[in-house]
Amino acid sequence: MKTTYREAMRAAIRDALQRDERVFLMGEDVGAYGGCFAVSLGLFEEFGPERIRDTPLSESGFVGAGIGAALGGMRPIVEIMTVNFSLLALDQLVNNAATLLHMSGGQFNVPLVIRMTTGAGRQLGAQHSHSLEGWYAHIPGLRILTPATLEDARGMLWTALEDPDPVLIFEHGTLYNVAGDLADDAGPVDISTAAVRRPGKDISLITYGGTLPVVLDAAARLAADGIDAEVLDLRVLRPLDDAAILGSVAKTHRAVVVDEGWRSGSISAELSARITESAFFDLDAPVGRVCSAEVPLPYAKHQELAALPTAERIVAAAREAVGARG
Amino acid sequence: MTGTSSRGTGSAESGHARHLLHQMLRVRRLEEQCVELYSAAKIRGFLHVYIGEEAVAAGVMSTLGPDDAVVATYREHGHALLRGVPAGAILAEMYGYVEGCCRGRGGSMHLFDAATRFYGGNAIVAGGLPLAVGLALADKMSGRSRVTACFFGEGAVAEGAFHESLNLAALWQLPVLFCCENNLYAMGTALARSESQTDIALKAAGYEIASWSADGMDVLAVEEAARRAVDAVRAGGGPHFLELRTYRFRAHSMFDPERYREKTEVSRWMERDPINSLRNALEAAGQLTEKDWKSIQQDVEAEVKAAVEFAEAGTLEPVEDLTRFVYSERSPQ
Repeated sequence: MKTTYREAMRAAIRDALQRDERVFLMGEDVGAYGGCFAVSLGLFEEFGPERIRDTPLSESGFVGAGIGAALGGMRPIVEIMTVNFSLLALDQLVNNAATLLHMSGGQFNVPLVIRMTTGAGRQLGAQHSHSLEGWYAHIPGLRILTPATLEDARGMLWTALEDPDPVLIFEHGTLYNVAGDLADDAGPVDISTAAVRRPGKDISLITYGGTLPVVLDAAARLAADGIDAEVLDLRVLRPLDDAAILGSVAKTHRAVVVDEGWRSGSISAELSARITESAFFDLDAPVGRVCSAEVPLPYAKHQELAALPTAERIVAAAREAVGARG
Repeated sequence: MTGTSSRGTGSAESGHARHLLHQMLRVRRLEEQCVELYSAAKIRGFLHVYIGEEAVAAGVMSTLGPDDAVVATYREHGHALLRGVPAGAILAEMYGYVEGCCRGRGGSMHLFDAATRFYGGNAIVAGGLPLAVGLALADKMSGRSRVTACFFGEGAVAEGAFHESLNLAALWQLPVLFCCENNLYAMGTALARSESQTDIALKAAGYEIASWSADGMDVLAVEEAARRAVDAVRAGGGPHFLELRTYRFRAHSMFDPERYREKTEVSRWMERDPINSLRNALEAAGQLTEKDWKSIQQDVEAEVKAAVEFAEAGTLEPVEDLTRFVYSERSPQ
C-alpha cells in the first residue's frame, strides 16, 4: 500500500493502543490539535482524552510522569515535540529513566517509550533544528532508535514497547512526508541491528535517520562514477551493532560516517573510534566524517544548507577516501 | 483552601501512641548508629540524617496501606525503615554490600524496595515529584484505589519540577499526597532567603490543591493531618498537600560545617524533640510507664544491634555483575 512516514508512525501508535490497554500517548498537543507534526491526527477522536493525553508545557513534569506511570505498570508513549525541548526533561531522562534499574539493583524497570523529532532542513532556526540523539546515545540504560524508512516507522514502536527498558525514538522532521510502498502486513521489526540499505564493495557510507535518503542519493551519484558504495543504516545508536559496522568495513576497506550532529564529541566520533580500534588493519583509508558545521543551525536557507551534510559533501568525502588508495 | 490542623489531641489510643513513639525511636537510633559507622569510616558517600524530623515520617507512614507507594529524597533512611524495609538491608546498603536493599549500588541516598513499593531515594531535589505524579496516574488509569505519598524538603519548592508536578496532579486529579518536610533550610539557605512566598501550603493551594500545615514536631498532629488527607485522596478527592513544619537537629550532611545557623536556634528546637515530647506527654497522662519506655528502648537496641550484625556479615557483589541491570535481561531483539 501507498503510505507516508507520518501515516506509518500513526498506524504503529494505533496498533499499540489496540493491542495493549496499558499503552497511552501523552505529550504537548497530541490530542485535540492532532499532534504538532500531525502524527496523532484522529487518534484523540478514536481513543479519547484518557489515552491520547494532552499535557501542559512542562517537559520535566510529563516525562517524569511517564517514568512514574511506567513504574506503576503502564506502557506510556511520551511525545516530546522536538529534541531541543527534551533538554528541559534531561534530569528525568538521565537521572531517573536511565538509572533506576541499575541503581535499584535490578528491582525497577522503566518500560517507557519517548518519541521526538530531531534534525534540521526546514528553516526552523537553532532552537528547533538540532540533532542531539548522539548525546542520548552516550547514556547507558537508554536504547536509542532512529527509524529512517517506512518499515521502521511502522515497526519499531511495538518492539520498543515490549522492551522493559526506556527507549527513545528520534524521528527526523524531514522524513514525515516521505511517501512510498509499505507491505499491507507490515508489523514489528527488530530494534537491535543495523541494515544494509544498498550493498556495495568500494566504500561503506554509514548513517542513520534523516540523512539516509541523502546518503542514498550520494551513493547513486557515486555509482554513476563507477564507485560502488555500500550504505549502512545504523537504525539503533545505542547499543550499536558493532558486527554490522565492522563487517561492512571488512568488506569495503573504507568508511565515511554521515551524521547531522556536530563533529566534536559526536556519534560519528564514536563510530570512527570503534572502526579504528577494531578494524584498523582492514582500512585502506582514514575513516571520513561528514557532519554539520559547528554552528547553531541558522534560519536562512542557503546558510542552513551550507551547514548540513549534503549529497555533494558526501560524494566529495567518499571520492577522497577512494582516491587515497593504500 | 489552606488550614492549620490542630495539635495532636492526646486522646489517641495509648497503645497506638506508644507504637508511634517506638517508630520514631527506631529511626533515631538507626541514624545515630549510621553517624557512628560513618565516623568509623565503615560507611561512606554522603550521609544525611533525619534526626529531629522523625515525627513526619512516623506520622504519615502510619496512615498508608501496603499497596500504597512512597517516593522520598536523599534523607530517606527513616522513610524506608518505617515503610518496612528491614534495618539490616538498609545498613548493608550503606556498607555497599550485596545484601543491601539495592545490592550496594544505591547507597544512603538511593534506597529502593520493590516489595514495599518504596521508590527511592531520589537525590535530585524535586526529582521524585514527577515520578509520584506518574505512579498516581497509573493507579488512576487502572482504577486502583491507591495513594502515592511523596516526601520532599522545602528546598524543592524552588524547582520547576515542583510546580510542574503540582499542576499536573491537580489538573488530572491524581491520588498523590505531597508531604513537604519544611525544616527551614535548603542545605544552608534559609527559606526566607530563597522564596518570595514562604507560606508553602499557600503556594500549593494556588494550584487548587487542598493544602494544610501541621506541626511536624508532633507526631499525633502529623498523623491526624495525614490521615485526613490520605482518606480524602483515597476517596477520589484528588491530590492533597501537607506542609509539615519540622527541624533537623544535625547538619545537612556529614560534610556540613553548619555556619548558617546559630547553636541557640538549634537548641531551642531541640527542646521540642518529637520523641521526648511524646514520651513526656504520655507519661504525664499515665499512658506510659518507665517499664514501657525501657521495653521500647530494648526492642530498638536489639533491632539496631541485629541490623549492624547483619550488615557487618555482608558480602561484596561480584565485580563480574557490574554491568548487570544496565539493561534488562529480557530485552526484545
